[in-house]
Amino acid sequence: MADAGLRMKLTLHIWRQKRANEPGRMALYEMADVSPDMSFLEMLDVLNERLIAKGEDPVAFDHDCREGICGTCGMVINGIPHGPKRATTACQLHMRSFKDGDEIWIEPWRARAFPVVKDLVVDRSAFDRIIAAGGFITAPTGTAVDGNAIPVSKPVSDRAMDAAACIGCGACVASCPNGSAMLFVAAKVAHLGLLPQGQPERAERVLSMVAQMDEEGFGACTNAGECEAVCPKEIGLENIARMNRDYLKAILSERPASKAGGP
Amino acid sequence: MELNARVPDGPIEKKWDRARAEFKLVNPANRRKYTVLMVGTGLAGASAAASLAELGYDVKCFCFQDSPRRAHSIAAQGGINAAKNYANDGDSVWRLFYDTVKGGDYRAREANVHRLAQISVNIIDQCVAQGVPFAREYGGQLANRSFGGTQVSRTFYARGQTGQQLLLGAYQALERQVGGGRVKMFPRTEMLDLVVIDGRARGIVTRNLVTGKVESHVGDAVVLGTGGYGNVFYLSTNAKGSNVTAIWRAYKRGAAMANPCFTQIHPTCIPVSGEHQSKLTLMSESLRNDGRIWVPLKKGDVRKPFEIPEAERDYYLERRYPSFGNLVPRDVASRAAKAVCDEGRGVGPGGLGVYLDFAEAIKRLGEDVVRDKYSNLFEMYERITDENPYRVPMRIFPAVHYTMGGSWVDYNLMSTVPGLFVIGEANFSDHGANRLGASALMQGLADGYFILPYTLGDYLARTKFEKLDATHAEFRKCEAEVAALTKRFLSIRGKRTVDSFHRELGKIMWDQCGMARHDKGLKEALARIPALREEFWKDVAVLGDNEELNQSLEKAGRVADFLEFGELVCLDALERRESCGGHFREEYQTPEGEALRDDANFAHAAAWEFLGPGNKPKRHVEPLTFEHVKPAARSYK
Repeated sequence: MADAGLRMKLTLHIWRQKRANEPGRMALYEMADVSPDMSFLEMLDVLNERLIAKGEDPVAFDHDCREGICGTCGMVINGIPHGPKRATTACQLHMRSFKDGDEIWIEPWRARAFPVVKDLVVDRSAFDRIIAAGGFITAPTGTAVDGNAIPVSKPVSDRAMDAAACIGCGACVASCPNGSAMLFVAAKVAHLGLLPQGQPERAERVLSMVAQMDEEGFGACTNAGECEAVCPKEIGLENIARMNRDYLKAILSERPASKAGGP
Repeated sequence: MELNARVPDGPIEKKWDRARAEFKLVNPANRRKYTVLMVGTGLAGASAAASLAELGYDVKCFCFQDSPRRAHSIAAQGGINAAKNYANDGDSVWRLFYDTVKGGDYRAREANVHRLAQISVNIIDQCVAQGVPFAREYGGQLANRSFGGTQVSRTFYARGQTGQQLLLGAYQALERQVGGGRVKMFPRTEMLDLVVIDGRARGIVTRNLVTGKVESHVGDAVVLGTGGYGNVFYLSTNAKGSNVTAIWRAYKRGAAMANPCFTQIHPTCIPVSGEHQSKLTLMSESLRNDGRIWVPLKKGDVRKPFEIPEAERDYYLERRYPSFGNLVPRDVASRAAKAVCDEGRGVGPGGLGVYLDFAEAIKRLGEDVVRDKYSNLFEMYERITDENPYRVPMRIFPAVHYTMGGSWVDYNLMSTVPGLFVIGEANFSDHGANRLGASALMQGLADGYFILPYTLGDYLARTKFEKLDATHAEFRKCEAEVAALTKRFLSIRGKRTVDSFHRELGKIMWDQCGMARHDKGLKEALARIPALREEFWKDVAVLGDNEELNQSLEKAGRVADFLEFGELVCLDALERRESCGGHFREEYQTPEGEALRDDANFAHAAAWEFLGPGNKPKRHVEPLTFEHVKPAARSYK
């Protein structure tokens, strides 16, 4: 805990855009009394309370759990998705990461596949469509065998869990110079492909997900590595290498005839 | 209004089998002709929507978040219970049933709880099949840990993010159905009214949160899986968007609200840091497996924790409850924390905290083992407090976490409005007056995967539906009411923000209807809430328009509902003149300060019926009988 009386003066530059099809601009706001114990979003809450009191439209931003797990929040803070603290979502970033007198630039995710809805809010439904294309294991309710009938070694289970920790926030896309979603897709491909339950659909899954990713307008991967650096859950680049291997194997073998998403 | 629980006859072990044998079925070829409207995409909603679509029903699914994967189930940390007895430590369906009825302080329906315990084993199998990466032992088997209120290890987990992994499993099953065209998904869409025609739930009215468009959706059944109402206290561990609106507006259309005063205060949350606080963060109960809870023995001891010698510490849970120790149920642990803080022995700013200390565990197991079990929780704690829990004890304090009350439902999960089903935390069903740890995920998935798909089919098969569409007068009327409410919010243009009203309501609720309640305080709350509500409707400031993403407008609707609902919570607490589980009335306690139930007068669920604006709602009673788990003073000593 910081000294209870400590307060910081900050200058904020925030992207304001009323609607998707209207032009946006950076707007300037001064904050004179920010507590270092506030989260970044609580600092924006305070700003919004003051804007409303003055009759000005509050800044729209997405957020929900404020515990770093739902993946709803996301904004580019001083050029870095989720801000300066490693492995930390914007909601878990605290103002003690800044100092008195700082200027902070706050912008939405910027990527072709994530159109701006309003201010800092973007449309990430492309991610849902990628999962719908194949990011699952087909296991209709009621068909399962006993849980311990499928042993999974601890190291494999741990690696699957590392990949499954992705929260779908989209920081990887926002950080990538190509607007690529490779880390997001690769994390799901790795999570399911590592597990014995995921083997029957392994080839079809990677082909369908990559096809949908391309259709959504995400860019290609050129190994910039920015995604790994900003990922709040520290999903590693090795997942992308793994996905590339899976993809190559799948494309070289005959593509399964059936369509993903069968009953 | 009649409360018919429709519990099947026969021995308790056979009731669910019997019900399923007697359910009518819908022919597979006919299922696509039925439309089911599913509101909410948490564990209950997503699993139900996916399972119903797999069966062949036409499903429309709604969530206010930008994606179904964001539902607040995602934040559940610790685990999910199942009576697998993989640990070979004497667990069984019967024991899980017994623990849950006892843990709920004998205020749950026995038949429901037994069914939940039976189904628990299928849930784990289902989730493993979907690829949920549960923790494993080195031999490849599923790992277990223990949780509060039990003496066996029956909790399955995926690090400290079990809810996330279970929800992603259900979400992926749901998206598979979206991809296959069997579910139509409506994200950023909020249900604002329930449409009841000829006594049956036949649709909902929604608002598109991006465009402001008000729309009607017609269905043959409506299912609400819209979560709990903990945010009536403003500060809680719930997500900021969690709200009571869906079940509250259904209440106003005839769906009785049961036991709203049964709210759970979780003992291990990070204390408040200042006025700006927007929510509270839970530290999983699983930490109580290895962390020891203590406060200084002396009042006002301001020494640093490591400067206080063992002899001058009070490990008060271990002292008061030697057989369960730090793993007593949540209500007991929270009240004990409040008691030591009330005595002036609390730690941290304002004396509102107790220590959760891992020094002994780190010494016994080594830091690596502790890190492997809890690293993400320790990191989260450090991010928020700037303190390293490997070196200094965590400071924790109770916070609102879960709500056992909700829409009253019968054994088939149907509310008092035929055709309206309520599942997961949104209903009142299985946890009585207190929920045990790792049981919420179990209930959500039991309802969604394994109960609703059967019971809903039975309802559809037994009902003859009139053909109708959204031009029906009742849809038109509900749409007009929703539009008028929006207009009213936008026309007030007052001076106070929605959040400021929400904070004030939350403070009234926490002070008068929180961890301890009494007659005088509840009556005071019942006087202050209507006054605050009146001020809200005169002076709330909602800027902007309807035809845009307008977060203040969304919040205004939810807070307006909380301002009505909070009053019902206090009324329910006032009328329940006993202490049980999370409902602690100071007038009713044992000499040792434990909750004192009144089984002669209150062994029932209270279900409130809406009688129109301004009228006192009517309290109905569903008597609870305990044939198998005999009510006794709940002892964890």
